[in-house]
Amino acid sequence: MTRWMDEEAGPVVRPYALIGGRTRSSGDALDLVAMVTATGGTPSGGFVPGPEQERILTLVTTATSVADIASELDLPLGVVRVLLGDLQDHGLISIGRASASERILKEVINGLRAL
Amino acid sequence: MDFEPSDEPVALKILIAGGFGVGKTTLVGAISEIRPLRTEEVLSDRGIGIDDTDGVEGKTTTTVAMDFGRITIREGLVVYLFGTPGQERFWFMWDELSYGALGAVVLADTRRLTDCFPSIDYFEQRGTPFIVAVNCFDDADQYDVEEVRSALDLDPDVPVLMCDVRRRASAKTVLVTLVEHSLRVLTASQA
Repeated sequence: MTRWMDEEAGPVVRPYALIGGRTRSSGDALDLVAMVTATGGTPSGGFVPGPEQERILTLVTTATSVADIASELDLPLGVVRVLLGDLQDHGLISIGRASASERILKEVINGLRAL
Repeated sequence: MDFEPSDEPVALKILIAGGFGVGKTTLVGAISEIRPLRTEEVLSDRGIGIDDTDGVEGKTTTTVAMDFGRITIREGLVVYLFGTPGQERFWFMWDELSYGALGAVVLADTRRLTDCFPSIDYFEQRGTPFIVAVNCFDDADQYDVEEVRSALDLDPDVPVLMCDVRRRASAKTVLVTLVEHSLRVLTASQA
């Protein structure tokens, strides 16, 4: 679905949704340490994950950070974000970003001391 | 934000900043498992004269290689260490790296103290909790903490400590000092 407004408006669909769109995803950039987890769901709208996306889905059966996914797949971060955006749009992954609480920070301090 | 179900994984991000050659990579390597990361960034005019684009004039992105460190505290609780790129032309990456960061370690070298001014300005402006760790190079004159604090014109509540980033124990102390400081900032903001 390649629908365009006039040239100034730019593409209606986000770049990563375009066929072969290996560009930076605009707007909601995923934090490097956002945690990605497979939902185990069925892809919506007849979406078929590509080979790299299949690798991601295998990797994120346990929660994995965006940085770790890019490192593990040896793909540039921008490409991984595009692939993840597709997977998220089709309900195959969930992306979480838990914030640090006092309890967590204390746990980190103790954990670092024990290294 | 105080409540996290125990099964929700938490990843924290710590930045390691400071001038070129101050020991950022050494610090990360001393305490964590190093992993490679490739990022693809848009070429800006700041790269003109630096990036050789002859023959690839249509090329608008360039690949920037960087490392990051990972420390697993326990299953589901991981601390990531990201070195901020030293070169000025990579400043655009700082906003992305510092988004949501728990805090930053600004590494300083007393022989080139001014090198860490941009990092300190940056974190002060963004309100990111940071500490200053002075990497004690063998051939550098030794200064005490208060001399460094005064030379850098730091707020009294910003921790300053001496370190040797080659030593794991020292690197550990640096990170513990930062997280303790971030905890104080967090607690104060909730009070």
